[in-house]
Amino acid sequence: MTIDASRGPQAAPPELVQLLTPEGERVEHPDYPLELTQDEVRGLYRDLTLVRRFDLEAVALQRQGELGIWASLLGQEAAQIGSGRALTDTDMAFPTYREHGVAWCRGVDPVKLLGLFRGVNHGGWDPAEHNFHLYTIVIGSQTLHAVGYAMGVQRDDAEAATIVYFGDGATSQGDVNEAFIWASVFNAPVVFFCQNNQWAISEPLEKQTRIPLYRRASGFGFPGVRVDGNDVLACLAVTRQALANARDGQGPTLIEAYTYRMGAHTTTDDPTRYRVASELEAWKLKDPIERLKAYMFKNRLADQEFFDAIDSEADTLARDMRKRCLEMPDPDPMAIFDHVYRDRHLLLEEERDQFAAYLSTFEGEGR
Amino acid sequence: MTTLSLSKAINEGLRKALEDDPKVLVMGEDVGKLGGVFRVTDGLQKDFGEDRVIDTPLAESGIIGTAIGLALRGYRPVCEIQFDGFVFPAADQIITQLAKMPLRSLGAIKLPVVVRIPCGGGIGAVEHHSESPEAYFTHTGGLRVVACSNPADAYTMIQQAIRSDDPVIFFEPKRRYWDKADVDVEAPGLPLEAAKVVREGRDVTMLAYGPMVKTCLEAAIAAEEDGRSLEVIDLRSLNPLDTATITGSVRRTGRCVVVHEAPVFNGFGAELAARITESCFYHLEAPVLRVGGFSTPYPPSRLEEHYLPDLDRVLDTVDRSLAF
Ligand SMILES: Cc1ncc(C[n+]2csc(CCOP(=O)(O)OP(=O)(O)O)c2C)c(N)n1
Ligand SMILES: [Mg+2]
Repeated sequence: MTIDASRGPQAAPPELVQLLTPEGERVEHPDYPLELTQDEVRGLYRDLTLVRRFDLEAVALQRQGELGIWASLLGQEAAQIGSGRALTDTDMAFPTYREHGVAWCRGVDPVKLLGLFRGVNHGGWDPAEHNFHLYTIVIGSQTLHAVGYAMGVQRDDAEAATIVYFGDGATSQGDVNEAFIWASVFNAPVVFFCQNNQWAISEPLEKQTRIPLYRRASGFGFPGVRVDGNDVLACLAVTRQALANARDGQGPTLIEAYTYRMGAHTTTDDPTRYRVASELEAWKLKDPIERLKAYMFKNRLADQEFFDAIDSEADTLARDMRKRCLEMPDPDPMAIFDHVYRDRHLLLEEERDQFAAYLSTFEGEGR
Repeated sequence: MTTLSLSKAINEGLRKALEDDPKVLVMGEDVGKLGGVFRVTDGLQKDFGEDRVIDTPLAESGIIGTAIGLALRGYRPVCEIQFDGFVFPAADQIITQLAKMPLRSLGAIKLPVVVRIPCGGGIGAVEHHSESPEAYFTHTGGLRVVACSNPADAYTMIQQAIRSDDPVIFFEPKRRYWDKADVDVEAPGLPLEAAKVVREGRDVTMLAYGPMVKTCLEAAIAAEEDGRSLEVIDLRSLNPLDTATITGSVRRTGRCVVVHEAPVFNGFGAELAARITESCFYHLEAPVLRVGGFSTPYPPSRLEEHYLPDLDRVLDTVDRSLAF
């Protein structure tokens, strides 16, 4: 059976917003002008490099048994830093479990991200302090929370936008489609930021969609745009504009950041079972950090001294993070009963007291 | 007789079912090329093709909803839910449709759908990967609910579940996936709804299913050293429940301890305790006691050893039972 081409993904070639080619050539896009100072470009380079180093250290910590699992952002740094740096302080972000780069932009101490993966807590930062919500593991759930939050912002007449992150796989979930509908119907000030890293664990994009994901937006009644997810400048420019539109009462936008998951899905995954090495090699040539570095060299925005300084800052960050990870205390067993309810709960108190009494029977036995 | 891990035993059971009946389908997230995150479906897509072993889009409601449609068309879908905590997006389809459509049709419709769910904790996982949601489903009329505890049972039970014309929720104890045992692939096995006395004893009847059967067997061995004789029953089927086997045992021992990972409060043990109290009232020397999780969400993994019933907590409860 052959399928009519007009029904397939090839209907019209997808457009990709790009401001920096993989070779580090700056190109212009009529809809997305971007002027950055030298310091701003340097800042982006620093962000990209530090989060990659942080992420690699977390992978190492998992290998050494210090973390139970880790979801690496390798390859997706530009999508996360570009969009993360587009946010203003009052904007709110809702992440999945892989948004370590966005967390970095929101000022969340990287060590706080480790708690969940080490198994000492389920989250561990105050979302309101950073305007960065907790990681959400159930695929797609957070998209509805983000829309609801944006509806609140709308009712408060506040100057803020909400951004929500999710993956290509997540676009299949009912929750995500409901979020699109709500956002559209209520004209919610929300930006849907989909990192299409081509894979949902072992399932390639074709298992989720037959059209480019950004085109789904039009069916829901708002604009969609595909951006080169490995181009930090384009991600910054496109997200800035979508956020500005949201703040301006123009409603939602879907951004599809076209990128690639360079690592395993998580540290427990073995991608050699389902994907070929040549794909990885092709994407290596589009590396987000290398292209920015090439651009900066070519345009004399930084010299070797600058890059060396960033590398050594990255090493220091990694060392510090490792140290503080190892120092993270195991929670007290009685913490099981903490924060389950805000108001008094007698049944739980009874259980807690019984458990404390039970534990005390082991005192002196080194349990 | 071959030695199989529990995950491999289910894999072999699925393979047999796919071979025996062309209407059997396997579907879920990552079940194809990857063979599932626990490799339970390893190699099946290669051998039976993409039309029978289906990598679905990432949506649990979609998996169960379309499985219902396939069943209406005469297929027997076996759905994999990747982890216990991700069955909830499918809860609507399971509870409002899968469980109720046959009745709604006055018997005209059958829905032979199996929902496989790796369940329970003990593997050091992050949130939503260690839950024991069985009571939500045993509470729903129209569903059969079973839990395997060992490779031999797993091999036969999965095939029986697939042959059943009713929807079956099939729990697999994920921390026991790697446990190995001899499996006689020719043995017919017990009926799906039968409980099994896995260790005979005189003093206390231990009721368990899934991951806690092994814990109870270890407790029985430890108790024996103290001169206590524990009888361990693997319930295998939670709905229906093999009340005859349970009652027979408790009437002999006069004591009963229920062990499960799920919270004790409103857990499956509550049903067991109530039933046993009713059916064995004059034989009981002690109230039916329960060991299980607390009335809290499942804790972060570094605390799970405290949350999960272990040898000490099980034996402590046995002591309390014997002290009455
Ligand atoms: C509701 C739900 N179902 C299944 C899973 C298991 N799971 C975790 S990540 C994942 C794939 C997600 O793919 P995608 O949305 O593309 O995000 P990525 O991991 O690629 O960043 C799956 C199936 C889950 N976490 N939640
Ligand atoms: Mg993905």
